[in-house]
Amino acid sequence: MEFLLNRYRNLTVLLVVIAAQLLLLAYQVKSGQDVRLVRVWAVTAVTPLARILEVVRRNTIGLAEDYFDLIHVRDENNRVKKEADRLKMENQFLKTELSTADRAQALTAFQSRTPSRTIAARIIGNGTGMNSKDVLIDRGSGSGVMRGMAVVTPDGIVGRVLASYPTASQVLLITDPTFAAGVISEKNRVHGTLKGIGQSKCIIDYVQNEEKVDVGEVFYTSGDDRVFPKGLPVGITTVVRPGKTFKEIYVVPSGTQNGLEEVLVVVEGIHQEIPDAQAVPSTDVYIMPAPPGDKSSNAPTTDQPGSTLTTDADRLREKYKKIGAAQGHKFGEGLPGAKPANFNLDPDTVKPPAPPKAPGTDAAGRPAAPSAPVSKPPVLTNTAPPGATRPPPAGNAAAAAAPKPDAAKTAGASVAAPGLVPGGVSPQTASPVSGSTLNVAPKTVVPKIVKPAAATTQISPNL
Amino acid sequence: MNEFSDRLLTEVPRKARKFKFRPATIFLVPLAAILFQVYLPRFFQYLSYLELPLLVTVYFALMRRQPIAGVFFGAGIGLAQDSLSPNQPLGMFGIVKTLVGYFAASVSMRFDVDNPLIQFVLAFFFFFFHQFFYWVLSRALLGLQLDFDPRQTFVLGLLNAAVAVPLFMLLDKMKE
Repeated sequence: MEFLLNRYRNLTVLLVVIAAQLLLLAYQVKSGQDVRLVRVWAVTAVTPLARILEVVRRNTIGLAEDYFDLIHVRDENNRVKKEADRLKMENQFLKTELSTADRAQALTAFQSRTPSRTIAARIIGNGTGMNSKDVLIDRGSGSGVMRGMAVVTPDGIVGRVLASYPTASQVLLITDPTFAAGVISEKNRVHGTLKGIGQSKCIIDYVQNEEKVDVGEVFYTSGDDRVFPKGLPVGITTVVRPGKTFKEIYVVPSGTQNGLEEVLVVVEGIHQEIPDAQAVPSTDVYIMPAPPGDKSSNAPTTDQPGSTLTTDADRLREKYKKIGAAQGHKFGEGLPGAKPANFNLDPDTVKPPAPPKAPGTDAAGRPAAPSAPVSKPPVLTNTAPPGATRPPPAGNAAAAAAPKPDAAKTAGASVAAPGLVPGGVSPQTASPVSGSTLNVAPKTVVPKIVKPAAATTQISPNL
Repeated sequence: MNEFSDRLLTEVPRKARKFKFRPATIFLVPLAAILFQVYLPRFFQYLSYLELPLLVTVYFALMRRQPIAGVFFGAGIGLAQDSLSPNQPLGMFGIVKTLVGYFAASVSMRFDVDNPLIQFVLAFFFFFFHQFFYWVLSRALLGLQLDFDPRQTFVLGLLNAAVAVPLFMLLDKMKE
């Protein structure tokens, strides 16, 4: 060696200097896919060897394993013939099972099923980083694989191409801590971001605590990340618990659970629809029939024809309107500091306020000389269902029928509540002055809070 | 063999006739050549056709007559030129000039490089080699689709060779 170095010293120095500069050049220059040349050279030099080793391993160790299996079967056959027969049958059965569940067939079936264009690849090595979760596949830029392409199996997503070299590609698995992908849940279409945590599980982040995600729910790719086509299965939810800001959702990736040997690289992704969650038919669980309709204020009006009250907020608003109508309170009016309505009272039991005796009325409540600007009391456009209104008691009929400002005000405030007849002002009671439709309270009505204690008009029991 | 050929192929071992330069000369002359290459073409564009760093490399390699020295001359000057060239990865000029320095020093051991005609021919040859090999490296390593015009390179080689002869005479005065 020393002799050679001395004899060819000049050439050696030349080669060393050239090699050093080539390395320097390779370290700086990046290929068309933003990969440093030194990496391209290294991977190009290493991956053929890795592929050869993999082929040799398959053809030697695999054959050796088969050979030892045969010896084992033969020994068993010699010792226990029946047992051997059973093992042979079982072996045949397993071979049949294996042939039907062959991965290549599964990949081919998936390829023909999915609308995306994919190419099959074989995993030939793992990444060298201690914490990184990446693998090398035997398809590279020569096969059309580019950086950023999705890598999937029929069971779910596997990762994305981190770097593409001429003869191989580096795939970042979804379990890598730096991996992220947009996902969506199957049932409630909850969007989130899948992140690897360096373990076999992944987390789904950025899901609000208010969102509903169930254990066992399947997540699919949402297509938001522009890497994975929409509709590919991601994993099954195993843990869901509320976090500080977002839910803590753990999923088991479905694409990497059964071992990775062959994968598909999505070279041309096409979004798919996310399958609807199918209700599991439960034959073993007894489910009671739905409870009878609640006649309380919680679900009061959904049964009424034409009603659109479907949410809790709608029902709550309806309840408060009834309370206000029963107490003669009109929301949105009144000066600051005015006495509000008592919301603790049951609107079905509170009697509406007795209209105060208006000036210019006789003892029976009839108008002596109706000179007020409220010339026509309202006629409600939305009437209660049949049976919802009843004539008030005889003693209150006159007062209810009287076109008093407060009554008009109460009626006017109640018009906005469809399907309701406010306390005591039913179509029947308003009939003496029917013929006009009131949508807003007359402006001449002076706002006046009527105490419920003075109420004499009965509330319709169906309210 | 006539007298001319005797002068070209000298019988004296070239190692005995190698020249030495002051360290300051070895440092400052390439630096001046690189500065010339970098700054003067900004004001006189036609001067960009001169490859003074290459000529200086050829000169020092020829005069030292040591391939290893030629390698380091070429590498140093080339890397310095790379480092001062924007958007140029380090090593392109370095590799090319390393080869030029090596071959120039190797050639100097067989030819009388003090002869102006030999200097002219060598300067032309190494300019052409430099330009061609740089083009090859650019296509092979960087994937750049550069054009190589042999006719233009030929003319520029003659121009640089013409400049090289008086330049080498000037640099001869700095020998120890």
